[in-house]
Amino acid sequence: MSKQRKRKPAKTWERIDGRKHDELRPIHIESGVLPNADGSAYIEMGRNKIIAGVYGPREMHPKRLSKPNMGVLRCRYHMAPFSVDPRRSPAPSRRDTEISMVMRDCLEPALFLERYPRSVIDVFVEIIQADGGTRCASINAAAVALADAGIPMKDLVSACAAGKYEGRLILDLGDYEDKKGESDMPVAYMPKFEQVTLLQMEGIMTREETEECVRLAVDGCKKIYEIQKEALKKKYAAVREEAGQVAAEAEFEPEPEPEPEEAEEPTTEDEPTEDEEQ
Amino acid sequence: MSNGIVSRLKRKKIEEVVKTGKRMDGRDLLQYRDLQIKTRFLEKPEGSAEVKLGKSHVVVGVKSGIGTPFEDSPDEGVMMVNAEYTPIAHPTWEPGPPPDEAVELARVVDRGLRAAKVLSMEDLGLVSGEKVQMVYVDLYIINFDGNLIDACSAGALAALNTAELPEFKVTKGAVSSTDKTKKLKLRAHPIAVTLVKIGSEFIVDATADEEEVMDGRITITLDENNNVNAIQKSGPVGFTVDEIKKCINIASEKAVEIRAKVMASV
Repeated sequence: MSKQRKRKPAKTWERIDGRKHDELRPIHIESGVLPNADGSAYIEMGRNKIIAGVYGPREMHPKRLSKPNMGVLRCRYHMAPFSVDPRRSPAPSRRDTEISMVMRDCLEPALFLERYPRSVIDVFVEIIQADGGTRCASINAAAVALADAGIPMKDLVSACAAGKYEGRLILDLGDYEDKKGESDMPVAYMPKFEQVTLLQMEGIMTREETEECVRLAVDGCKKIYEIQKEALKKKYAAVREEAGQVAAEAEFEPEPEPEPEEAEEPTTEDEPTEDEEQ
Repeated sequence: MSNGIVSRLKRKKIEEVVKTGKRMDGRDLLQYRDLQIKTRFLEKPEGSAEVKLGKSHVVVGVKSGIGTPFEDSPDEGVMMVNAEYTPIAHPTWEPGPPPDEAVELARVVDRGLRAAKVLSMEDLGLVSGEKVQMVYVDLYIINFDGNLIDACSAGALAALNTAELPEFKVTKGAVSSTDKTKKLKLRAHPIAVTLVKIGSEFIVDATADEEEVMDGRITITLDENNNVNAIQKSGPVGFTVDEIKKCINIASEKAVEIRAKVMASV
């Protein structure tokens, strides 16, 4: 079997979508997509489409789950019934429970939970469409959403899977590679601290391959880290642009029409008097 | 996990002791508690094992039945692993739906067995797309004192190793039972080794107290060819790439030790 494998890929080996072995799928991240949430992010990673929303820090319900000395990070990973083929039940599966747990464990090292006694930070992730590697894509979105919520963080958390397919180590497995490949290893990483905060693996790999796989995934995470930072900056660039426009308009408006300036004056006077009453 | 002042004091003490290269119970950092495995001790299940790892006590039962295959694998049998946190095992455990930890335990043990391709699922097919043999592995926690993953993984392997499934006769798509049984053939022998990080030290086979105050945990499952089958990191802490490498090295040594005990019991 190994003979065949060695000969075949040398010439024609190519990934199913034509990517190089260490190439990520196209990633698009947008922050601040949910008006009601304190922080949010939308990610497209390949054909994965995922929304993450962050609420908090806020009071914990039910109260018995709160901790007197620190805050609690609560994660919920949930797949839409139509996100996979065939349709799945909307009820949380054992898989969802486990992924919610590992997501919490991988994001928690980035937060200062000791600052929020008795409180909770809720991270909700909805998978709208799944295409392999949803937990990594979810973590990427969740980290951006946490930052978008203005929650102080030690670092972003970036996640990416690596694995083995047709005898080769590859980065960022797609759905097909995930299902048909020999092994799959999702990894999350905090680049600033060089810490792996999520590590799972399933399949058959030698010890050397396993170590190499971790390195490959970590390199992928570092690339995603830059994309996440861009997504955060982009939102503020947009805000600044908008603010600039508003300021420019405000400066520009009073000049042609002097009357409204007079009309505005009493309102500005009203405010201080209200303050005095209080 | 660590909640409140008591565990913070406990943590301080445990961390201090671990720093000196010893444990609260006098063990070395990389030393397992006494591991006892007894197989074939139940008559009703097709395979069984009782594992005592220090004061942790687990019973594993393997039952079989007939069920329908998954759509994408019409000729393959189905293996299911389930963990039961019984309220007799610990004062804080209550009856009711399984806690997240139980779900994780079952899934980590399941992942190790499945990834190593322990069972040849094709041999368990009966009528394509309609009927296959099901293999249920139930992990029953009788007493909890830490390191359930390693105890359950060893127990599951031992129970599967001794399992004898009933043989069925298939005539024209109809399945009828026979009096005969057939020993379940295992293709690999994966063993899970869990390392717990306390401060900057790694220990194996943590007790409940040590798990309560741990920073993080990493489980590595290896087969007899020293291939890695499954990894699960848990707990609110990160590991460096070098630490992961170190853990894999330790796990591959310890797995040999535990596997020898499992194989001696069957």
